[in-house]
Amino acid sequence: MKREVPLFLTAVIGLFMILSFFVPHQLVSVPADFLQQSAVIVVAFGYVLGGANVLKVNFDGIYKRQSGWPYKLVLVVALLVTVGVGLAEGRTWQDPHSISIWIYNHLYSPMQATLFALLSFFIASAAFRAFRIRTTEAALLAIAALIVMLGRVPIGDHYLTARIPVKWLQMSSIQQWIMDNPQNAAKRAILIGAAMGVMATGLRVILGIERSYLGGED
Amino acid sequence: MGLLARLEKIARRWIFLVMGLLARLEKLDRRWIFLVMALLVLGPLIWPVGLKLTVSRPVQMFADAIDAVPEGSTVLMSCDYDPASRPELVPMTKTALRQLWNRHCKVVVTVLWPGGPGIVDETLREVAAEPKYRDRGYGYDWVNLGYKAGNEAVMVLMGQGLTGTFPQDYEGHSTTDFATLPIMKNVRNYASFPLLVNISAGYPGTKEWVQQVNSRFHLPMVSGCTAVSAPEYYPYLQSGQLRGLLGGMAGAAEYEKARGEGLGPASRGMDAQSLAHVFVAFCIVLGNLVQRGRKSGGAA
Repeated sequence: MKREVPLFLTAVIGLFMILSFFVPHQLVSVPADFLQQSAVIVVAFGYVLGGANVLKVNFDGIYKRQSGWPYKLVLVVALLVTVGVGLAEGRTWQDPHSISIWIYNHLYSPMQATLFALLSFFIASAAFRAFRIRTTEAALLAIAALIVMLGRVPIGDHYLTARIPVKWLQMSSIQQWIMDNPQNAAKRAILIGAAMGVMATGLRVILGIERSYLGGED
Repeated sequence: MGLLARLEKIARRWIFLVMGLLARLEKLDRRWIFLVMALLVLGPLIWPVGLKLTVSRPVQMFADAIDAVPEGSTVLMSCDYDPASRPELVPMTKTALRQLWNRHCKVVVTVLWPGGPGIVDETLREVAAEPKYRDRGYGYDWVNLGYKAGNEAVMVLMGQGLTGTFPQDYEGHSTTDFATLPIMKNVRNYASFPLLVNISAGYPGTKEWVQQVNSRFHLPMVSGCTAVSAPEYYPYLQSGQLRGLLGGMAGAAEYEKARGEGLGPASRGMDAQSLAHVFVAFCIVLGNLVQRGRKSGGAA
């Protein structure tokens, strides 16, 4: 029963949600809405579960003095302080002078921006050290990458190919062609393949063939 | 000594010099690369050059789609990003909001990223504080419904009713309190909007809006997204599911140009991005030359 009941519920609800996509009648849409709302509530509980899991994993790491434990300590303290401040401030946390907004504007926001900005340095370093052209395919990839990279910015059109009188030979036109045609064809193939994979997995879950989401081994 | 012998001597000397240089570059400390990149980015940010921009077709389509919205209608704008994407997405959010307000449209804003409400609210208030838009009142001309957890489930729920999905706005007002939020009086579900403007940094974002809302509720939409995710959305642009696409800071800068906003934040950033792109391209070429040099040196 431990496995049959979840499998049965998954099959019934899965089929019902597919049905709701095609049948707008109240008999279907009202329960479907209820299920959607339940999903949103479950996701909200997921945050609580996620937070508890972060605390558990990191407390363990700190207690056992695992490598990098001081960083775990910073994470736990930051998490507890942010949640504590938010709870203490209540509804006033959105006040422009609240501590929560200060934490968001002066810690969270710049740290996220910094982390993202570091990418530019590592991309340049990786371009120098790792982007090796060893095969014809790699050469084609590199040429396409160079054209798109330079064609996407004004320097490509207005400086590198400024003297070429034919519009379609200019950097931006070539990069737009690459984006519209070869890139699009490949992307579309990937999208279609992924969508078919999702459908197949969905069907396997609904029909009870795919059971890994239940956890454990039978 | 004959001419050929002299030329050979010069060529040998050059080859020796180049090989020596390539050998030294092979052991180049990557901090030099970091330093050059930092200077190339910082320089134009401090002293903007104002490189010329050409408005690309997807960007013009984005601007045209908003221009096609009937004046005074209520538009849905979903800002699905967080501070990491500020340089790329905040400028396009501001320009889109200005364009909508220039058409006297009312704007209902939602956020599906947990880290987003703060930056989105700040962005909206910055535009609302501009002299031209000071008469746009919160609750009348725009409302920020804030963040809701649930990703695709929230998108589908909004199709059944916006006030049910977002019972309160970002400030805690009830969305059915029409005295405080009169903008919500005419908002029921997706049928209330002629257009969805999605500014997206990834998941959940444009792809999910297309799959869950555009295809199911037939709500026309345009997208502004990070440069890294733009290629993923080109098939949707070509199929007509997206009416326009702004890709990254380049898209935002072109949009500023298309709207005649002069040297806006994205346009200023494009100078730095241009030089960074050239440097990365140079690194790819140089890295491969070094590799070739090492190989031929080893073979010799």
